[in-house]
Amino acid sequence: MQIARVVGTLVSTRKHRKFEGAKLLLVQPLNPDDTPRGMALLAVDGVGAGVDEKVLIVLEGRAAGEAIGQKGAPVDAAIVGIVDEVVIDGEL
Amino acid sequence: MNIGRVIGNVVVTRKDANLLGVTLLLVQPLTPNRQPAGRTIVAADSVGAGVGEEVFFVRGKEASFPFYPVETPVDAGIVGIVDHWDLG
Repeated sequence: MQIARVVGTLVSTRKHRKFEGAKLLLVQPLNPDDTPRGMALLAVDGVGAGVDEKVLIVLEGRAAGEAIGQKGAPVDAAIVGIVDEVVIDGEL
Repeated sequence: MNIGRVIGNVVVTRKDANLLGVTLLLVQPLTPNRQPAGRTIVAADSVGAGVGEEVFFVRGKEASFPFYPVETPVDAGIVGIVDHWDLG
């Protein structure tokens, strides 16, 4: 899993039927110091996240499908949690 | 998934039997600010996308799910056409 920030919302009328009712959010993966890492990606939302929130994402198909209650959905990324805080005690 | 723009199509005559009838499109991944991001990718289309459209696509074996029960040998697939997106 990775930590990311929700940066936008996406609307699609014409999509695979297993996406019906699913919310699509653009998320930017983050480094531990909250700087952006890599490219933003599109994830389905399984927890009711909103723009600007820090979230936990899975980048794997089976987990992502289960997050929206759709087995066999053609998804590879999903938001599975809203992060309250990240506590880093150790050093890299 | 990633967002991208369809920039072309790929014609392949001699191919795996499970690719018969599958439309292959060339997609340029985009950042949320519509800048090209990384290499273009060939993706199987299951939603009727066309050149010039903004789409979202999935990578990995999930790309074959729209063709179930045919086990289509693809690793990227367009699964939606984008109406619009809004950055917060």
